[in-house]
Amino acid sequence: MPLVKQGRIATDIFVHVADGAELPDDGAILIPAARFLENPEALSRRAGKLGVIWPNNRDLDDLVPHLGRLAVVALVFPSFRDGRAYSQARLLRERHGYAGELRATGQVLRDQFVFMLRAGFDAFEVKKDADADAFAETVKRYSVFYQPTGDGRVTALNRRMQLRHSESAGQ
Amino acid sequence: MYAYDELDRTLINERVSEFRDQVKRRLSGELTEDEFKMLRLQNGVYLQLHAYMFRVAIPYGTLSSKQLRALAHVARRYDRGYGHFTTRQNIQYNWIKLAELPDALADLAEVGIHAMQTSGNNTRNVTSDQWAGVAPGEIEDPRIWSELLRQYTTLHPEFSFLPRKFKFAITASEHDRAAIKIHDIGLRLIKNADGETGFEVLVGGGLGRTPFIGKTIKPFVHGRDLLSYVEAILRVYNQYGRRDNIYKARIKILVHELGIEKFAREVEEEWKQMGDGALTLDHAAIEEVRSRFSYPAYEKLPHMPDELKQAAHDPLFERWRKNSVFPHKVQGYSIVTLSLKPVGGPPGDATADQMDAIADLADKYSFGEIRVGHEQNLALPHVAKRDLPVLWKALDRIGVATPNVNLVTDIIACPGLDYCSLANTRSIPIAQELTRRFADHDTANLIGRLHINISGCINACGHHHVGHIGILGVEKNGEEFYQITIGGRADENAQMGTLIGPAVPYAEVADVIEDIVEAYLALRDRPEELFVDTVKRLGVEPFRERVYATR
Repeated sequence: MPLVKQGRIATDIFVHVADGAELPDDGAILIPAARFLENPEALSRRAGKLGVIWPNNRDLDDLVPHLGRLAVVALVFPSFRDGRAYSQARLLRERHGYAGELRATGQVLRDQFVFMLRAGFDAFEVKKDADADAFAETVKRYSVFYQPTGDGRVTALNRRMQLRHSESAGQ
Repeated sequence: MYAYDELDRTLINERVSEFRDQVKRRLSGELTEDEFKMLRLQNGVYLQLHAYMFRVAIPYGTLSSKQLRALAHVARRYDRGYGHFTTRQNIQYNWIKLAELPDALADLAEVGIHAMQTSGNNTRNVTSDQWAGVAPGEIEDPRIWSELLRQYTTLHPEFSFLPRKFKFAITASEHDRAAIKIHDIGLRLIKNADGETGFEVLVGGGLGRTPFIGKTIKPFVHGRDLLSYVEAILRVYNQYGRRDNIYKARIKILVHELGIEKFAREVEEEWKQMGDGALTLDHAAIEEVRSRFSYPAYEKLPHMPDELKQAAHDPLFERWRKNSVFPHKVQGYSIVTLSLKPVGGPPGDATADQMDAIADLADKYSFGEIRVGHEQNLALPHVAKRDLPVLWKALDRIGVATPNVNLVTDIIACPGLDYCSLANTRSIPIAQELTRRFADHDTANLIGRLHINISGCINACGHHHVGHIGILGVEKNGEEFYQITIGGRADENAQMGTLIGPAVPYAEVADVIEDIVEAYLALRDRPEELFVDTVKRLGVEPFRERVYATR
């Protein structure tokens, strides 16, 4: 499953460690939320970057105190129809100020890329190779956005008001 | 009318290109049907019994003549020469070919029309009063806010994969023509003590197999906070709405299971955390959208022009005028409803030729504007009274001047088993038969206002729960049966109808409805007492006795 970061296919340095599997001594790991919460301090002391896989039905309140320790938060799309992780992503970025890697995992398909970027995701475990290859092209599909989110894109309404302002200033 | 600017145009063109790419990938097999299904639904494309069905949005029910001609063009070029207006200010085409859909969308995009989010589990077309901006006594034009909501909900990155569909309706009149109480979010525009615009917000209304009337979640939300408050509701719903069972996934179930107080507290907490953010609408932002709406340059005209006085001698004209012409906020003008319910016809259908002719008449007599109402009729919203006689003749020639607006034959019906893959029974033939039974105008007029709503299955697209008489098709041992309710209504006093008795077979439905109407005529206090008021006064029992005594 290819990983897309910064708009291109990248090597994934993070190893997914399943529940019950042995922790590697060093190197970057992604571990499930429950296992992380058993002993976050010890895991943080370990050599190597730490990431957590956070399910889409678990309250973010349990995660927020630990955000400073984490290099990656991976949110989950168990089905492409299940949109809960979009809310989690925006809350992590926009309310809780999380600035590390925010990774989309699970059923991640081409036609969700723009929504995901706008919600604050910046890394994508893409299900299909062809979709990963098409990432750069796909995210250029839209140039106009109606809603303000934390991604910094200027909304249509703000562009109109800026335009109006510059027009009236020029008169 | 709201006029698209370059940004709106760019966005819908980008959406058309995206959909074209999605169709291409489906046709090449790159996308599975399961993957494509969600994508096509996000763009109003259903797979029906015989073909793909294509649903196009008419935001808050306002159309320009140019847009109506484009809808006619799509009917003619890509379908079978007609379209069907729905109860949510959409138009549906029933015979579209998948490979041609992107071209149809591109043609519509040229006039600022799209099909975004007309189906699927997302925020649907924002609907409003079809008389918005012209109704006497309206507080202010709700379409400014409808348009703000349209933009806000279009391709929302957080709320495009909700547990289930999500519908908004908005009204600014005392009399609710937008059925806000049966929507996921209903907005009633009001002013606070300081004269500032805001909204009573209702949540959790909806029909379907578990019908609920919407409940007030907050009695006043300031206009500047409308979008942030809506976002708080949607966020709570997106995270906590049920996803385990499609029939329990609407927000109405979440509101019901938590209770409105607890749900309101959750929303309030979320909303407070959002604070004054990017969604807060300042005066300039609201005025920016308002400035994109244009209004007709009305003339100063007499209340009673000579043309109208003369035409009053023609009883046929008078019959139509009294039925289909309504007061306008500007003196000398009227709102004219165009009945899409001819005797024997499917409710809400219009041919391409009719649409073109109506567009021409709108140019000539209604400042190029047409409205679409949830009762599946059209309206010309700005007709000078002096033009009424000549307009009537023109409307009559094209078959949209049946004087049955709000009468027993002005039936709301879903497409039913004639088209729909979900339906258990037929709806349209029941409606057609009823229009024939009550074809005599004097009888219909004697009966007075009476809304019959028909759904061909429990999904309730025909809004049967809130019909004065509701007819719901159910299947029993492979046969079509119909449950009949009375006393429902969809307006500001919205309530669900009550079942009158056992379901009856297809062949008996029209007889039963006739019996109910006869019972009403015998039971009503006085001729002015509407059917729905007689039911309210007496309850269902006297109707049940009369209708079922001989069955």
